Amino acid sequence: MNQKHVILSILLAFFACFPVLFDNPYWIGVLNDIWLYAILGLSLNWIVGHTGLFNLGHAAYYAVGAYTAAILATRYNVPILWAMPLSGLAAGLFALIVARPIIHLRGDYLAIVTIGVGEIVRIALENDVFGLTGGSNGIFGIPRPEFFDIRIRRPWQFYYLIGGFLLLTIWFFYRLEQSRFGRALNYIKEDDTAAEGSGIPTAYYKLAAFVIGAVWAGMAGTLFAAKMSTISPGSFNFWESVLVFAIVILGGAGSIPGVILGAFLLVGLPEIFRNFADARMLFFGAAMVLMMIFRNKGLLPPLVRKYAGVVRKRGGLA
Amino acid sequence: MSLLSLEKVVKTFGGLTAVNRVSFSVEAGSVVGLIGPNGAGKTTVFNLITGNYTPDSGDIRFNGVSIRGKKPHKIVEMGIARTFQSIRLFQNMPVVENVLAGCHCRMKSGIFASMLRTPGQKREEKQALETARKMLEFVGLWEQAGLLASNLSYGKQRLLEIARALASGPELLILDEPAGGMNDQETAELLTLIREIGKMGITVLLIEHDMGLVMRACEKLVVIEYGTKIAEGGPEEVKNNPRVIEAYLGVEEEECEEIRNGDGESPC
Amino acid sequence: MDFFLQQLFNGLAVGGIYALVALGYTMVYGVMKLMNFAHGELFTMGAYLGLTFLGVFAFTELLGPFLGVLVLILLVMGLVALVGVLLERAAYRPLRSSPRLSAIVSALGASIFLQNAIMLVYGARFQVYPHGILPNMPISILGVDIPLLRILLFLVSILMMAGLFFFVQKTRMGTAIRAAAIDQDAARLMGINVDRVIQIVFLIGPALGAAAGVMVGIYYGQINFTMGWVFGLKAFTAAIIGGIGNIPGAMLGGLLLGVLEAMGAAYISTAWKDAIAFAVLILILLVRPRGILGERVADKL
Repeated sequence: MNQKHVILSILLAFFACFPVLFDNPYWIGVLNDIWLYAILGLSLNWIVGHTGLFNLGHAAYYAVGAYTAAILATRYNVPILWAMPLSGLAAGLFALIVARPIIHLRGDYLAIVTIGVGEIVRIALENDVFGLTGGSNGIFGIPRPEFFDIRIRRPWQFYYLIGGFLLLTIWFFYRLEQSRFGRALNYIKEDDTAAEGSGIPTAYYKLAAFVIGAVWAGMAGTLFAAKMSTISPGSFNFWESVLVFAIVILGGAGSIPGVILGAFLLVGLPEIFRNFADARMLFFGAAMVLMMIFRNKGLLPPLVRKYAGVVRKRGGLA
Repeated sequence: MSLLSLEKVVKTFGGLTAVNRVSFSVEAGSVVGLIGPNGAGKTTVFNLITGNYTPDSGDIRFNGVSIRGKKPHKIVEMGIARTFQSIRLFQNMPVVENVLAGCHCRMKSGIFASMLRTPGQKREEKQALETARKMLEFVGLWEQAGLLASNLSYGKQRLLEIARALASGPELLILDEPAGGMNDQETAELLTLIREIGKMGITVLLIEHDMGLVMRACEKLVVIEYGTKIAEGGPEEVKNNPRVIEAYLGVEEEECEEIRNGDGESPC
Repeated sequence: MDFFLQQLFNGLAVGGIYALVALGYTMVYGVMKLMNFAHGELFTMGAYLGLTFLGVFAFTELLGPFLGVLVLILLVMGLVALVGVLLERAAYRPLRSSPRLSAIVSALGASIFLQNAIMLVYGARFQVYPHGILPNMPISILGVDIPLLRILLFLVSILMMAGLFFFVQKTRMGTAIRAAAIDQDAARLMGINVDRVIQIVFLIGPALGAAAGVMVGIYYGQINFTMGWVFGLKAFTAAIIGGIGNIPGAMLGGLLLGVLEAMGAAYISTAWKDAIAFAVLILILLVRPRGILGERVADKL
C-alpha cells in the first residue's frame, strides 16, 4: 500500500515539475496531448470501461464540446474557460438525445450505431450545419484562455491548465468510481439482468454513463479548441474515436491508472518512434490484435474494491 | 387483502401459452410453494411477478397495487426481491459487493454527492456496508465477505443470492429453486434459513423440486401443470389431490421416496 | 422520367457492388456472430491488386477486354481469398471463446493493420486505373441511354450473387454454412466441420469483396487506400437492412441502398450522400434491427 503511494507521489512530483526541469516545448506539447487524451479516455471509460457499452463514436461529443466553445468564443465573445461548462452541457444534452433510443441495443449493434452517430456529426460539421461550423475549414481564431489575468498561450502554460484539469478529473472520478454510482455501472456490465433484478434501474444508469462521459469529453473539447485556436472536422473523425477506445481497452477498461497508461503509450510512443512514422499505425493495429489475444483485460486492469472491515482473500473454493 | 395476488394471468410466447389464466394469492407472513412438473411454467410465473415479462392479460397486485407492466427494478423498490434459477451473481466481484447491489435501491446518493463525498453520502455508504454485513452474517457468509463470488461453492453461491435479495429489505422474497445443487446438509440448513426469514416477517414464495423441503417449509402449495393451475391448498390436501398425483405420475422413484418421507404417505 | 431511370440504373450498378461486399459481412456474421471490420480492407486490396496485375500481366491485350477482365477478377479473388483465410487464422480464431468485445477490438486492429499495410505498399495518393479497359458506349434501355459499363457491372454482380445463392441453397457445403449460421453448436453436433465452414466463409466473402474492388476500380477509375472504410460501412449497412446473417437479404439490401443513395443524391443533395447511408443504418437498427428478411432473435431468461 505505502509503496504504491510513494510511487504515485514521485510520479506526481516529476510531472508537476517537468516544464521547469526540461524547457523543451516539443515534449511539453506531447505531454499536453497525452493529458488531453487521458481526459478523453477517462470520460469514455465510464461508458466502455465501467458499463461495458461499445461506444465507437465518442469523438462526436468531443466535437460538440469543441465547436460549442469555439462558436461561443468567436461569435459571442464568451471567454473560453467560461465556455467549458457550457460545452460540457451541450455535449451532455446531445448524448442524452442520441443515446436514449439506442441504449437498449445489443453490444455489436450499439457499436455500429455509435460509429454512425460519429460519422453523421462529422459530416454535419463538414457541411456547415446551421451555418455555424465553417464547413471543412472549421473555425479559426479562437481566443486564448485567460486565467486570473494570465493569458495562456505557451505550451508550458497549457501544460498546467490541461494537466490541472486532468488531476481534477482523476480526483472526482476516483470518488465516483468508489461510490454507489460506480458500483451500479459495474453490476450492469457484469450481468445487467441480475442488476435490474437487484433493484438497479439499468436504463437510467446506462444513459447516465453516456451523459457523464459526453459532458467530460465536451469539456476536453474546450481545452482542445483553446489549445489549437483552430478546429476543423478532420480532428473528430472515426479514427479519433478508435484511438480513445483503444486507450481505454488496451490500457485497462474500468481502471483510472490503466487509462492514463493507455494514453501515455498510444499517444506518447508514436512520438518517440516518429522516425517510423508510417509504420506506426501498422504496429498499432497489430498491437490491438495481439493484446486481445494475450491480455484482453488491458495492461492495468481494475483492482477489486476494498471495503472497511472486509479482508480481501484470494484463492480456491470455499 | 393478500400481499400478492395473481388474477387470471395469461402469457403466451409465439404460439405457445406458457401461463394460462393462473390465479392465486400469497398471504403476508406465509411461506408458499409453487410446484409442478418441469416446463410447467413456474419460472415464467416468477418472471411475470418480477416484471421481467409482462402479462398478455390478467393482473398482478402487490399490497393492492397493480404491478403489471412495471420494470423489474421498480418492483424491487416496491418490496419484492428474487433469486434466479441459474445463479446470477456478479462473479468477478467480492461477496460483500454482491450484497451491496441489493442495498442500492435503498440509497439515494447521486453523482454530485458521490463526487463530493458529502457527509450524507458517507453515512449512507457506512449504513449500506452495515446492512450487507448483517445479511451475510444471517446466511453465514460473513467469513467469506472478501472472497470473489466465483470462489464460492455452488451451495454458498445460492446463499449469497439470498443475502443479496434480502439486502433490499423486501416484504416478499421470491426464491427460484434455492436448493438446486445443494446436498442434504445444505438443504436442511436452507430449511432453517427459510424459517428464520419467515420469523423476520418476510413472506416467502418459492419454486422447488426438492419435495422434502417443499413439504416441510410451505404452508400452502400452488400446483401448475402445462401453464394451468391444477391445485391450491395445504401440503396434505395437495398431496392427495388426484390431479396432482396424475401430473406427477411417471415420477422418479427417488421423488416418490421424498414425498413419502416428507409426510409418511405417498401417492406412488 | 429519363433522369429517374438513369439514377435508378446508377443506383442498381452501385448497389450491386454494395451487395457483393455486404455478402462478405453477412456470411461472416451469420456463422461467427462477428462484425469483420477488416472486410472493407480486403475490398481495397482487391482494387489495388487488380491495378497491379493489369500492369504486370497484359490480360486485356492477350485475351481481349471481356475475357481479360474476367481472368483478372478471378485471379484477384483467389489471392484475396487466401488473405481472408489468413486473417481469420491470425485475428479471429484465437478469440473464439473470448468475450465479444475482444473480437471487435481485434477486428478493428486487423482493419487498421491492413489499411496501413496497403498504404505503405502503394502510397497514400490516389491511384488511377487505366482508362477504357472495357468498352463503355451507351446502350439504349427503355428509351434511356445507359453506359455499357454500368450494365456490365450490374450483370457481373447479379451473376456472382446467383452463383452464391445456388451454392448456398443446393450444395452440401452451402447447407452446412446455413446450418452453422443458425446454430453453430447444433451444427457441430450434427457432424458438420464448423472450422471448415468458417474457412470457406472466409474464402468466399473476401473473394466477393475483392471482385467488387476490381469493379470499382474499373468503373470509377480512381482508388485510394481509405476506400474500404466508406464502402465497407455502407455495405455493412446494406447487410443490416437486408437482415444480418441472411444472404438474400444482403443482396436485396445492397441493391436497395444503392438505389436509395442514388435517388437521395440526385433529388436531395450530394453533400449529404454519405450521411444518408448512416441515417438509414441507425433508423433500421432502432425500428427493425432484424432487417427486411432477418429472423427474430429471442431472449431466454
